[in-house]
Amino acid sequence: MSYEERLQHVSVLGAAGKMGSGILLLTAVEMADISLKPENKGKPFVLNAIDVSDEALAGVMKYLKAQVLKLAEKKVVALRKAYALRPDLIDNGEIIDQYIFDVISLVRTTTRLESAFDSHMVFEAIKEDPDLKISIFSKISANNPHQPWFFTNTSSIPITKLDEGAGLKGRIIGFHFYNPPAVQKLVEIIKAAGTLPEVEAFALQYAKNLRKVVVPSHDVAGFIGNGHFMRDILYATAEVERLSKDFTYVEAVYAMNRISQDYLVRPMGIFQLIDYVGVDVCSFIMSVMDNHLEGETIHSPLLDHLLAQGVKGGQFSDGSQKDGVLKYEKGRPVAIYDPGTKAYVAISGLQSVVDEKLGAMPVPPAWKSVVGSKSKDEILRSYFGQLASSSSLGAGLAKSYALRSCEIGRQLINSGVAMNENDVNTVLLTGFFHAYGPINNYL
Amino acid sequence: MRRKVYMIAGYNTVSMGTGRKEFNPKKERPGLEEYIKEAGQGTLSQIGGAKNVDECVIGNFMASRFNRQANLAAFFPFVDEGLRYKPAIRVEGACATGGLALMSGIKSVLAETAEVVLVIGVEVQNTVKAIYCADYLAGAGWFKNRKEGHAYFFPGQFSDRAGVYFEKYGRDKTRLALARWFRNAIENARLCPTAQEHHNTVKDLEALAMMEPNGKTFIDNLNIFDCSKVSDGASAIAIVSEEGLKRCGIPAGEAIEVMGWGQMEEDITKPPVDPAELTTTKQAVKQALASAGITRDQVGTAEIHDCFSIAGLMCMEAIGFAEKGKGADYILEGNTARNGRVPVNTTGGLIGWGHPTGGTGVHQAVTILEQLTGKAGDAQLNIPSDRPYGLTVNMGGDDKSLVSIVYKKG
Repeated sequence: MSYEERLQHVSVLGAAGKMGSGILLLTAVEMADISLKPENKGKPFVLNAIDVSDEALAGVMKYLKAQVLKLAEKKVVALRKAYALRPDLIDNGEIIDQYIFDVISLVRTTTRLESAFDSHMVFEAIKEDPDLKISIFSKISANNPHQPWFFTNTSSIPITKLDEGAGLKGRIIGFHFYNPPAVQKLVEIIKAAGTLPEVEAFALQYAKNLRKVVVPSHDVAGFIGNGHFMRDILYATAEVERLSKDFTYVEAVYAMNRISQDYLVRPMGIFQLIDYVGVDVCSFIMSVMDNHLEGETIHSPLLDHLLAQGVKGGQFSDGSQKDGVLKYEKGRPVAIYDPGTKAYVAISGLQSVVDEKLGAMPVPPAWKSVVGSKSKDEILRSYFGQLASSSSLGAGLAKSYALRSCEIGRQLINSGVAMNENDVNTVLLTGFFHAYGPINNYL
Repeated sequence: MRRKVYMIAGYNTVSMGTGRKEFNPKKERPGLEEYIKEAGQGTLSQIGGAKNVDECVIGNFMASRFNRQANLAAFFPFVDEGLRYKPAIRVEGACATGGLALMSGIKSVLAETAEVVLVIGVEVQNTVKAIYCADYLAGAGWFKNRKEGHAYFFPGQFSDRAGVYFEKYGRDKTRLALARWFRNAIENARLCPTAQEHHNTVKDLEALAMMEPNGKTFIDNLNIFDCSKVSDGASAIAIVSEEGLKRCGIPAGEAIEVMGWGQMEEDITKPPVDPAELTTTKQAVKQALASAGITRDQVGTAEIHDCFSIAGLMCMEAIGFAEKGKGADYILEGNTARNGRVPVNTTGGLIGWGHPTGGTGVHQAVTILEQLTGKAGDAQLNIPSDRPYGLTVNMGGDDKSLVSIVYKKG
């Protein structure tokens, strides 16, 4: 079966979710572009958008329409060629409308898993629950006569475990998009021990057609992205605890969030990133990793404590940030949740106290100005040079944070998760939008 | 000419769109009627009000699509109640619409049906994204060519012309000249508060304009800096007889006199005679100069139709300022700059000031009026006494509809 034939009948599981809807969009567009080739005229293309509720699926179609419109407006030069043989489509506007219709027409929303029984391939982006995934894969596999391939978006569960658990005999691969899939350039591709070579070849072709940057990761729970991120969280929360002698809890959270954003020149502070992903999701990923990693504890009592109090973070369906460890106004953190009083404490009231405690700091370059700059390396080298020669408490915290991040990166290589330094840095640069890779010699 | 025809009381709204600090595509902006009103009242207030007006002309290209509005002549009473029950007409000739509106006014004065004609040119284009704007503007070409044409139809047409020109006369030098054209346009626009690029602060404009064209996302031979702006704007002017001047209380010294014109059409269904030249423009300018009884050497300043930088360059050759194939040298030697031999587009032209399509022809006349009567503010030139004439070239479609007018201070 060719690449194009396999894409004639596809299902996306968890299609209404944040990741699933993005995967649905990218796949629908790829399928539509194939269906528009003259040689594929008349062939049916079907993309099942499967999720548990009709309400959520209604939102997906709205999302798809808006996103395909944006994409179509950008690629109208190519679309005019694709519709060259349609004399009725003359204006760009008519061509764009037709394209949206053609993409949307492939997609069938449904709450019935049975729809996937006819698919040649299945993308999975459901809850990060190994047992649930295994049971669904087994069910589809048992009822689908086409020996379908499974592309799982898991960010932490070993693929081999899913393969063996569902008896897929290598018809599975980890294809881990970053959030949001339509925007983020990175995918981590993770082979199970028995992944079939043709599944891998397809995955690489698909990633290439979607213009994604591929980083291969070994099948070790957490892979590269979460392998770094979760350990980064554990370091930050440990620092919060360590600072508790001289800082209140909220001051320490503010301090570490500020250090990890401003003084490490990252797009978000570590606690904001936890909220972005979701406190519950982070906690769940940790538990999965903890189960699979020997000799290392991946567990944050702080996150559990916050979760127990209903502090969850995550995003609204329009992509805006829900309150979590931090409280947000117009996407910016304005307060910090205090589990002691179960109330948010305004950042404006503690900013100056914390900054005073952190002491004199070199002025960091803004992440935004560095990330696209041609003289990025020069700017960062000069800044970290100043940081290195500074002896304040804040500078010390920033230095150890950066060194720990570097150490985590190296650990991922030494433990065989990542192939090399470049892969680790690529994941952080493209998947987390960092301005520089964690493995560097700035300090 | 059977009697003298003057233009007075010019008014330009701001040319609104990308480039202006206050422009935000996501926020609601003034509509078509507000631009018409501002420009119309701007001229009426200088000529003693609506009671002095005999007839009205409004030029607009494509409000039917940009604003879903037709029957524009009926907006004159909205400009001023004093215009109720007076004759008015709307004219259209793609991007030469403004020029045709002027011609309509000139002919009313010559026909002695009017002593004072209020002329407004207007276009409000930022109602849609550029990709749909391209659809609407494609109406300036033959609709039967639209399907085969580029997504960005007119940029595509002039990119093709540029390709032929590059092939014939050399790409490298021509691209440099187009970058210089852009720089001159922006530097002039900075001197004019209503210009769309008035706020532009880029230091190295020529380096910016040397960006390599990309046919995959746009067009093969031109980049976005070679293109005129997508603009919301209106311009107004009054066309009057000697009696009209008296009625409005404006001395001839504050007016410009229409000395001659060339107005003509070429077959919209035919491809260009020679893609490397603007053949119809050449004819129209020739006729304008001849009817005014002057030579191009007597022209002190020109407002020409640089919908694309390459059109500006070819227009220098069509007028005869540069020999055929020598347009790039002419520009690179500095002849078109504000301190050059014949300063061109002294408030930025279509690339710098903006191109509210139906308004552009009127805007050109307002700029010439300001320059020849010493009212151009920071953009003011010193018009040499031996070359007192102002020339305009307003082009519709791909060198199809042409209006070229010669003016002199009244």
